[in-house]
Amino acid sequence: MLFQPINRNYHDFSIVRDKDLCINCKVCVRQCSYEAHYWDETRKKVMHDNSKCVGCHRCEALCPTAALLIQKKRSDFKDNALWRPEFIKYIYKQADTGGVLLTGMGSPVNIPIYWDKLLLDASQVTNPSIDPLREPMELKTFLGSKPSKLEFSKTKDGSPKLKTKLAPQIELNYPLMFSAMSFGSINFNLHIAMARAATELGICYNTGEGGLHKSLYKYGKNTIVQVASGRFGVHRDFLNAGAGIEIKVGQGAKPGIGGHLPGEKINEMVSETRMVPLGSDAISPAPHHDIYSIEDLHQLIFALKEASEYRVPVSVKIAAVHNVAAIASGIVRAGADIVAIDGVRGGTGAAPGMIRDNVGIPIELALAAVDQRLRDEGIRNRASVVAAGGMRCSADVVKAIALGADACYIATSALLAVGCTLCAKCYTGKCPWGIATNDARLAKRQNPDVAAKKMVNLVHAWGHEIEEMLGGMGLNSIESLRGNRDKLRAVGLMDTEMDILGVKHAGR
Amino acid sequence: MKRVYPNKDFCIGCHICELACLTAHSKSKDLILAYTVERNEEGLSSCKHVHEGGPTCVALSCRHCDEPSCVAACISGALQKDPESGRTIYDREKCVGCWSCLMACPFGAIARHPLENKIVKCDLCHDRPGGPACVAACPNMALKQEERS
Ligand code: SF4
Ligand code: SF4
Ligand code: SF4
Ligand code: SF4
Repeated sequence: MLFQPINRNYHDFSIVRDKDLCINCKVCVRQCSYEAHYWDETRKKVMHDNSKCVGCHRCEALCPTAALLIQKKRSDFKDNALWRPEFIKYIYKQADTGGVLLTGMGSPVNIPIYWDKLLLDASQVTNPSIDPLREPMELKTFLGSKPSKLEFSKTKDGSPKLKTKLAPQIELNYPLMFSAMSFGSINFNLHIAMARAATELGICYNTGEGGLHKSLYKYGKNTIVQVASGRFGVHRDFLNAGAGIEIKVGQGAKPGIGGHLPGEKINEMVSETRMVPLGSDAISPAPHHDIYSIEDLHQLIFALKEASEYRVPVSVKIAAVHNVAAIASGIVRAGADIVAIDGVRGGTGAAPGMIRDNVGIPIELALAAVDQRLRDEGIRNRASVVAAGGMRCSADVVKAIALGADACYIATSALLAVGCTLCAKCYTGKCPWGIATNDARLAKRQNPDVAAKKMVNLVHAWGHEIEEMLGGMGLNSIESLRGNRDKLRAVGLMDTEMDILGVKHAGR
Repeated sequence: MKRVYPNKDFCIGCHICELACLTAHSKSKDLILAYTVERNEEGLSSCKHVHEGGPTCVALSCRHCDEPSCVAACISGALQKDPESGRTIYDREKCVGCWSCLMACPFGAIARHPLENKIVKCDLCHDRPGGPACVAACPNMALKQEERS
């Protein structure tokens, strides 16, 4: 521990270099943005400093001889069910710094994951399953307010004509969208990749709260523009650039907390797009200071509808918190066309760890509660419900739709598709995978051609799987699954949980 | 003809293309042996070199020019333009190590062999079944082999 703080050696990872394989080519040295690997001129070989490793696996992935192993450090504190190692290390860190513990990505803590406790149904004997490779299968999804009833008139030749005026809709080829990740928190290469991928897939991506770079306006048909408490990059053209507008009230990873994009991440392009000075911190207040009530929200929703001439649906995104069902009801009554709910496991570029790991509720419970409440109040048709926050695979999406979601937002999975390894150090701005960084040396690690292709592949793959699962249940359209909780059964859940989820136990 | 084009916007400076080139032109075709043994003992070296300036990197090698200055400069006829494939080809036997080509190449894409009076130059991996090794190895699609007018 020479010349180091006393707890420096309690690091999380060990870098193991296989001497037989390592050729000292320095690829790892160049890849590690935390400078954990270095060239030792005296010893004439590549060396490393374990304490600097954040466990992002970039070096391991790129080492041409597969000589590297990134392992959890094997040193253990004495077993203690209460004082688990993370808490011990938090205290050491805070005793040194006196600061809030920052982190990134979604919560890794062991909050129950209800997706794992829900199982899907399939057809046997009494109803035939459908082979999606032979028969048409509809995944098309429309987000927006649906009318309570349809009225028709007759044209001259006697054929019926729709009299009811339909509210604007967002049309999606898959029940999926790329969730809000602001330009600034992730770099331009990924924004353009998301925009291109969403366009190719016929879905939408969300700009996040950082505005929309002018070169991306051409992807507007597949863009949802976001208005958050900092109002960064919001102006008339921005509001009219997309297929929908989203008011971000909260985020699953940090309900009740604002945002802070450090000045180092505000380069020229980000500054121009966000409309903030170069190098200055961009701070999003915790609340919208013009929304202190449902009535205020109503005003903002309609201000945005006015500004966009009622051409696009307006979504309101909230974090899943205790009273989420009542809040969602208020949001729908305030005139929102879409309610997006972000569960406790949703990701972030930066959040205080205590908030991320302790505030909010799981999306499964929140989603079921919201869907049920809106149904009970007879207003479910007035808004679409979008679920967000930790959808890991197509089965999670299918279960979310059966619980009542119209579509799901995915973000962490989209970042995983382009290489993210969930090291959770996004807030440092040094993402070795070139994702959560605007450093030109790192950002170019995301080639938009490669990234867009991977995102497209991911959604295609999930689409195929969703079709398979639907077909297995004897359904030929995603519409028939929406809120169809009879297609779900629980395993190992308590009565209260099943009651909230509105599902029976397996075997019933 | 299909040439290898670098994309400086997305070259991440990893130098993996150099390692791929080295391996493809080694006897062992084994990266570890090529880098640790053949490189030291036989002067095996990469035809491709990654250049860096600030945050920008670019991997350069012979452009296989339509009118190659190196061919015009070569005093022994070791460098020729192959009319069929369009490649600028190098005959190691004929090369006398005068370095005229090195000075003539406007891209600095020819290097001296570290041990012998010979040059090192890209041959587009013409006998490699998968095409150029650097293109196949680049982790960020910063090298592309394609026809451009
Ligand atoms: S990248 Fe692999 S082979 Fe190269 S120096 Fe690092 S550990 Fe050794
Ligand atoms: S921080 Fe990432 S790149 Fe650096 S040593 Fe650790 S795993 Fe490798
Ligand atoms: S985005 Fe980058 S920094 Fe953040 S978790 Fe993924 S790899 Fe780590
Ligand atoms: S392998 Fe590709 S990214 Fe790496 S240095 Fe070569 S051209 Fe650049």
